[in-house]
Amino acid sequence: MTEGTPKIALQNVHKSFGAKHVLRGVDLQVAKGESLVIIGGSGTGKSVALKCVLGLMEPEQGSIKIDGEEMVGVSRSERADAMRKFGMLFQGGALFDSLPVWENVAFGLIQSQGMPRRDARDAAREKLRQVGLGEEVIDLHPAELSGGMQKRVALARAIATAPEIIFFDEPTTGLDPIMADVINDLIVNCVRELGATALSITHDMASARKIADRIAMIHQGKIIWQGSVSEMENSGSPYVDQFIHGRAEGPIKMAIQDH
Amino acid sequence: MNPLAKIGATFLAFLAGTGRLVMFAGAVVGQAVTPTYYPRHILKQFIEIGYYSLPVVGLTTLFSGMVLALQSYTGFARFSAEGAVATVVVLSMTRELGPVLAGLMVAGRVGAAMAAEIGTMRVTEQIDALTTLSTNPFKYLIAPRVIAATVSLPILVLIGDIVGVFGGYVVSTYKLGFNPSNYIQSTVEYLEFMDVVSGLVKAAVFGFIIALMGCYHGYNSGRGAQGVGAATTNAVVSASILILVANYFLTEVFFSGGG
Ligand SMILES: Nc1ncnc2c1ncn2[C@@H]1O[C@H](COP(=O)(O)OP(=O)(O)O)[C@@H](O)[C@H]1O
Ligand SMILES: [Mg+2]
Repeated sequence: MTEGTPKIALQNVHKSFGAKHVLRGVDLQVAKGESLVIIGGSGTGKSVALKCVLGLMEPEQGSIKIDGEEMVGVSRSERADAMRKFGMLFQGGALFDSLPVWENVAFGLIQSQGMPRRDARDAAREKLRQVGLGEEVIDLHPAELSGGMQKRVALARAIATAPEIIFFDEPTTGLDPIMADVINDLIVNCVRELGATALSITHDMASARKIADRIAMIHQGKIIWQGSVSEMENSGSPYVDQFIHGRAEGPIKMAIQDH
Repeated sequence: MNPLAKIGATFLAFLAGTGRLVMFAGAVVGQAVTPTYYPRHILKQFIEIGYYSLPVVGLTTLFSGMVLALQSYTGFARFSAEGAVATVVVLSMTRELGPVLAGLMVAGRVGAAMAAEIGTMRVTEQIDALTTLSTNPFKYLIAPRVIAATVSLPILVLIGDIVGVFGGYVVSTYKLGFNPSNYIQSTVEYLEFMDVVSGLVKAAVFGFIIALMGCYHGYNSGRGAQGVGAATTNAVVSASILILVANYFLTEVFFSGGG
């Protein structure tokens, strides 16, 4: 990999569901070690874009490169290699509700790295400590935890395998503002500690300002603006202005139905 | 709409659905016979499917064996063939009623649970989470269920056969006044090895169908609670129909020689 190769590069990515054209040519690059946040309204295709990068969905058109290597249309095993570099925090946590907390956190260590269960349990304890959870939760099941604790466990699981790239899908949605800020801090710390590249999506501007090096705005299936957090305040884009100030009036017309 | 077009569209949708199911089944079998295996999961499913279905299958076959004895006695008494009761009970149980009743009961119990569990995992993104943790959901979730169901159904049916024959014996000796040792003798007299084996082969096929339909509908579950509900219903209905259809063709294969 040469110095200038972006860690993640999307080019002209299209994705539809039936007649619904969700992504309409997304172009985006994330440099190594950078934290990019995609902002945009609900139902604009942020999660779909992330799932295309993760390989959970296949775009109809376009190119997605990880470390300069094409990911669209490659075999399952090639994709599995790239997957080992990834950690993902899902919007709803997506914790395995049949497994105790520690096995959730250690899942990647046991299944993909083959770590013995005893060691994995110790590793899980350490990861949980990093996200501020103590010994008492380790044998509980996810359903027994509060929303904020579930998010922490999900975060611990996402960082457990020390991934090179971490994806965050609306990490603060559904949390109270204080817990949201705690999670934001944890994300910033974890990403910095791992030296990882981070790609996040959110519609929570407080969160975006806190965790982003750079921000990109998605609207109608395209990236319509990108720049640093300070540039965002004076972007000159009426779309960005409307969004970051949360105004009902402006060029963005919210669909009332769906989502 | 042109009624012919409607019929055509329905037929095409049926073909497409069948194609998807066959490809799914192929993928499941392919993943089930190649490493990695999850013995803990197979064992867990084995207990879930086999052990916990024992009461249901036992009760169903017990009363079926009892009613068989009663019905065939009253029917055969019309032409003084009461002596055939024992033979009718044992042949009906081993060849038909054991596997079909056990199959239908387990489809209701286990097929529904599988579809609900896997469907919920789909809807809450737990299946996506598995993939991002470098774990193949076909191997981790589906193969253990299919293996366990295919192995445990024949065992359940063997037990069900014995319970059913016992039910017929109890009714015949206590209620209908048969001589116990004569009854047992005529039970084994005309019973052939193939009668039992064909029933057990049927059971294995039914077990495969149940797990396949449960997993298929769960895996492809629509979004939300409604999607999971539909998946559960579809799993049970389609498994039940396929069991009855497969039962006919298997019977034809086994006994077309006039056995
Ligand atoms: N699996 C799917 N099947 C059909 N439509 C989908 C699917 N996933 C997402 N969509 C649709 O794509 C659009 C974008 O969804 P999503 O990316 O989840 O939005 P958000 O930006 O809020 O994350 C929505 O209209 C949604 O209904
Ligand atoms: Mg989303």
